[in-house]
Amino acid sequence: MERDKNFVLGVFEDEDVLLEAVAKVRGSGVKIHEVYSPFPVHGLDEELGYKRSKLPIAAFLFGMLGTCLALTMQFYMMKIDWPMIIGGKDHAGLPNFIPVTFELTVLLAAFGMVGVFMITSNLKPWAQPRIFDLRITDDKHVMAIDLATNAAVGEAQIGDILKSCGASEVNKKSFE
Amino acid sequence: MQVTSSVREPLITGGKTLKDVTHDVSRQVEGKPTLGWILGLLVAVGTLLLGSLALVATLWEGIGMWGLNKTIGWAWDITNFVWWVGIGHAGTLISAVLLLFRQKWRMAINRAAEAMTIFAVICAAMFPVIHMGRPWLGAYWALPLPNTFGSLWVNFNSPLLWDVFAISTYFSVSLVFWYIGLIPDFATIRDRATGLRKTIYGALSFGWDGAAKTWSRYESVALILAGLATPLVLSVHTIVSFDFATSVIPGWHTTIFPPYFVAGAIFSGFAMVLTLMIITRKVFKLEDYITIGHIELMNIVIIITGSIVGIAYITEFFIAWYSGVAAEQYAFMNRAFGPYAWAYWSMMTCNVISPQLFWFKKIRTSIVATFALSIVVNIGMWFERFVIIVTSLHRDYLPSSWAMFYPTLSDVGVYLFTFGLFFTLFLLFAKFFPVINMAEVKSIVKSSSEKVNK
Repeated sequence: MERDKNFVLGVFEDEDVLLEAVAKVRGSGVKIHEVYSPFPVHGLDEELGYKRSKLPIAAFLFGMLGTCLALTMQFYMMKIDWPMIIGGKDHAGLPNFIPVTFELTVLLAAFGMVGVFMITSNLKPWAQPRIFDLRITDDKHVMAIDLATNAAVGEAQIGDILKSCGASEVNKKSFE
Repeated sequence: MQVTSSVREPLITGGKTLKDVTHDVSRQVEGKPTLGWILGLLVAVGTLLLGSLALVATLWEGIGMWGLNKTIGWAWDITNFVWWVGIGHAGTLISAVLLLFRQKWRMAINRAAEAMTIFAVICAAMFPVIHMGRPWLGAYWALPLPNTFGSLWVNFNSPLLWDVFAISTYFSVSLVFWYIGLIPDFATIRDRATGLRKTIYGALSFGWDGAAKTWSRYESVALILAGLATPLVLSVHTIVSFDFATSVIPGWHTTIFPPYFVAGAIFSGFAMVLTLMIITRKVFKLEDYITIGHIELMNIVIIITGSIVGIAYITEFFIAWYSGVAAEQYAFMNRAFGPYAWAYWSMMTCNVISPQLFWFKKIRTSIVATFALSIVVNIGMWFERFVIIVTSLHRDYLPSSWAMFYPTLSDVGVYLFTFGLFFTLFLLFAKFFPVINMAEVKSIVKSSSEKVNK
């Protein structure tokens, strides 16, 4: 059987039931493809064994880039390219460069991080998402289990496990 | 695990389920526009068009169309600019600062408050651009662009230039923050729709599928953006206050300006959020999400920031006397008892005295009183900026050049234009975008709804 094509879906009504179900399903040796929710469920990423996102590191690096670019730009323009004495002060007064440096740090950190987020999560206007169930964005949590990766367990048994964990429905979904 | 509290009021009333949240918020996006909305839009667009006559006159003839003179070089333009930027601050405060403090009541109001921020900053940014007189050359004056003057760069020592960077960064980051929050809700509308609406909201939702992995990243992005937006919002009004504080004009040259401006900005911003929210919750029947509890909490923020502003007014006066600088003392006496005393005392009454009424629980939980006072505060904050700018300039060091400021039709018209623009954008937002952050509100349905507490 081909991977990433045929799924068993467990539909859950309640986020706390879902959290316990994730632990139980994983405990019984079934690999979960992904869980889809209408809102962020706290602790779900840990239950699924996901590592903490590295996006804060991306934000920090882009922020540092912003700091460096801003300082380089201001020193180059004010000190090297066209030195100008304004109010009898040094043409490269670091304190005066702090506001613009701060703003560009924030700007690059925010845009850089969001850019990385968009790319890693495949968010783009022309993206065609695979919708497992239309109710995911409304009021249902859906646990998708790939039949191919869990061939050893078998479809019927996966359904039983999901039911016993509190799934209100067990459905099948296949993608072309 | 259910969190029940006998102390805290529920944040969502009416025993709403997840499905109700989706339905109540998506309803106005999917339904036909109501008569009230159409009339509101007509008034807003009418104001916009009327005001655009003044705007075109200003651009065509130059800023000589305004009531400025050689003594008073800044008046309504910069007053309006500071006023609109200040209004914007509440949106970021609600979405970023309250996120960092884990205040869940922000969830029902953050979407509309952020929209207000973005539209207010657009209106604000218009004024510095048009007050340059020849805005088509403005890019060379405001941005470090190579040019034919041997690359004479912009002056990075000037707070006016810092302002360009602060406002544009603030606008861009707020826009991104707002849009990231909108993506899951656009997906909700996409999954309920068919045909053209599905295509449009499908594109707007960026292919959101609600995967746990994406939610996990989304949460980190929101947290870091909040962490970035918090110092950013404080920096913006600080830098706006530097436009005045770094000059040597008596009445402007004070170190109290940054915190005083930030508090004033939050004060006026919350007043505008209340004005908009009280109408929005009524028109779109969202009383179960934006409750009296929300209104009361915002009123408490108004008492606090209003009192900070009041203390700042008194401190300024005290320091002017204590400094022993005659020019400084004169500037303040002239503010309170000179020809602009009426503006000064309007400011004092609207900003310092009237918000103190919110100490009475009856008043701060009354919708009519809150709505009236929110407008009073907005008027007061406009006067604050007018008082700071015009009264400090109109009697400068040389008595022979003392003058008064009289606004012209163009001054009034350009201000009207920004009102038209603001309300046009807000009404379009309210109709076509989900006005409440559905995903976030759903995450507290279980812990904070009335049903659970019973």
